[in-house]
Amino acid sequence: MTRKKQSIIAALGVTFGIGTYIIMMGFMNGLNGLLDGLILNRTPHIHLYNEIEPSIKQPIDLYRPYKNKTRFVHSIKPKKIQAKIHNALPLIDYLSKQKYVIGVSTQVKAQSFYLGGSTQLNGMLSGVDVEKEKELYSLDQYIVEGSILDLKQNDKGILLGAGVAKKLSLKLGDYIQVTSKSGEVQALKIVGLYQSGMAEVDNVQSYISIKMAQRLLGESNDYITDINIKLKDMTKAPELAKKMEAKFELKAIDIQTANAQFETGSSIRTLISYAVSITLLIVAGFGIYNILNMLIYEKMNDIAILKATGFSGRDVRYIFISQAIIIGIVGGILGLLMGYGVSVLIDNAKFETAALPTIKTFPVIYELKYYIIGIVFAMVSTFFAGYFPSKKAEKIDPVDIIRGQ
Amino acid sequence: MKKILEAKNISKVFKIPEEIQILKDISFSMNEGEFVSIMGKSGCGKSTLLYILSTMDTDYTGELYLDNLLISGQTSDYLSHVRNKHIGFVFQFHYLLAEFTVLENVMLPAKKLGIKSYQEIEHDAMEKLRLLGIEDQALKISSRISGGQKQRVAIARALINHPTIIMGDEPTGNLDSKNTNIVFDIFRELATEQNLSLLVVTHDDDFAKRTDRIIMMEDGRIV
Repeated sequence: MTRKKQSIIAALGVTFGIGTYIIMMGFMNGLNGLLDGLILNRTPHIHLYNEIEPSIKQPIDLYRPYKNKTRFVHSIKPKKIQAKIHNALPLIDYLSKQKYVIGVSTQVKAQSFYLGGSTQLNGMLSGVDVEKEKELYSLDQYIVEGSILDLKQNDKGILLGAGVAKKLSLKLGDYIQVTSKSGEVQALKIVGLYQSGMAEVDNVQSYISIKMAQRLLGESNDYITDINIKLKDMTKAPELAKKMEAKFELKAIDIQTANAQFETGSSIRTLISYAVSITLLIVAGFGIYNILNMLIYEKMNDIAILKATGFSGRDVRYIFISQAIIIGIVGGILGLLMGYGVSVLIDNAKFETAALPTIKTFPVIYELKYYIIGIVFAMVSTFFAGYFPSKKAEKIDPVDIIRGQ
Repeated sequence: MKKILEAKNISKVFKIPEEIQILKDISFSMNEGEFVSIMGKSGCGKSTLLYILSTMDTDYTGELYLDNLLISGQTSDYLSHVRNKHIGFVFQFHYLLAEFTVLENVMLPAKKLGIKSYQEIEHDAMEKLRLLGIEDQALKISSRISGGQKQRVAIARALINHPTIIMGDEPTGNLDSKNTNIVFDIFRELATEQNLSLLVVTHDDDFAKRTDRIIMMEDGRIV
């Protein structure tokens, strides 16, 4: 019924509309995911540690005779507590067995100095279980040189912050001396360079093995300062953190609290991506509607012929709607292919940034959801684009068209 | 003689662009096998009348009988069926579906009617095309044949469902005298040999004179 060329143009209209939608959603969400990952991937969902803070109940609060009196205590000092988590090993064991936990990793944090000749640089050494860090927080993605596995094999290795390495003009394979608060000095071999993309972190942070950290601090092998938990459902973090805090008498920081400003940014980006997706769909929808509408009005002549030769209004409507849906399906599927194709192209396009050392190409996600939305939308919009004019064509007397010629 | 078509007191008013009564109280009838032409000046309402008689225009007052059945006031689905089965229509312009083949154009109304199988319809269509002497064009795309041939294809299409009446709105209006004669001879033959009724609006005096009866119209009335 429809001239081939016009049908192709109409289908192409659908194709471009849906293709653009897929590309934009894939690309935008890819970038969003990248930004989210920048923070979320390397932040534990719940972080357990001992916080140095004043006791909530002061001795006077416990003294009965003053129970109903107003009490003032001046110059409260924090209680001296250990950074060590008490009974850490059974605790870790218990946590790893919980159903809501993906994994638990432990760290020994050691305040220290990097020694470079006569200069001393402030540093933070984290003793980590490399495999766990890799598995849970993709530590390997931030190693720009060397390999994370070398740290596993070499207790005396260090993944040195890229900023420190630059300041001390050190390179892979060199030795660096570090000293802890306790005065212990160790020479460590640089097995990798760590670059998070945040200068203030890279200038301070380095990773060593847990054993080495414990040795530096002069502590035994049950000395653990931090427990990091990755949950199956991140949104449950605040609630669980509160429970853990009460149960284990430790400070528990959930990811939402730790990154409040990031949360805001993330939700704004989500909002933007929704707004863009709705705008794209509306624009694509109107485009599709217009093209098909025009196509059908051009076919009024054929409608008159069909009606004059005895086709009923319902037949005419059926023909046009089915044509519209065919255009919608064909155009929509082509749109999905085009969207996928261009997504792959973008995915392979070069994209390098200092902040993300391991990212070499633009991030694009391929989420089935957007492809389904795309094809459903193509079909719904073409259906309506076919439905309204065909409804009109159904009612019109053929002579009104013929006489208009 | 059997009355095939009867119009009683048909009136029609055009409201746009201004109110004009285009048809005033028209009554007439025609018999089976009759070849009738309607003549009149431009704007006298002859085409309008034909569209009403062919059930394509439903916006009128009065009564219309086809084969002694009341047509006026029926649903549009019923009217479509009537057009499909009982009325064959030939326009001034051929009105073929340009991207279909000649054969497909002819077969279309029969496919819609859906009584016969595809093979029977195809056979019938070829028969009609042969009757009109254009069977060799059957597989061509309908926009690729000459004007006279197109008009003959339109006639073949009008005949495919063995209608009771054929109506034509200046079917020869766009044709040269040679093709006009061919079309007239076809009509004549259909009327005499197949006892088909024909109602044709025309400007062509020569054409009209050779029909059985001429209905002259002036200012919305039959004179």
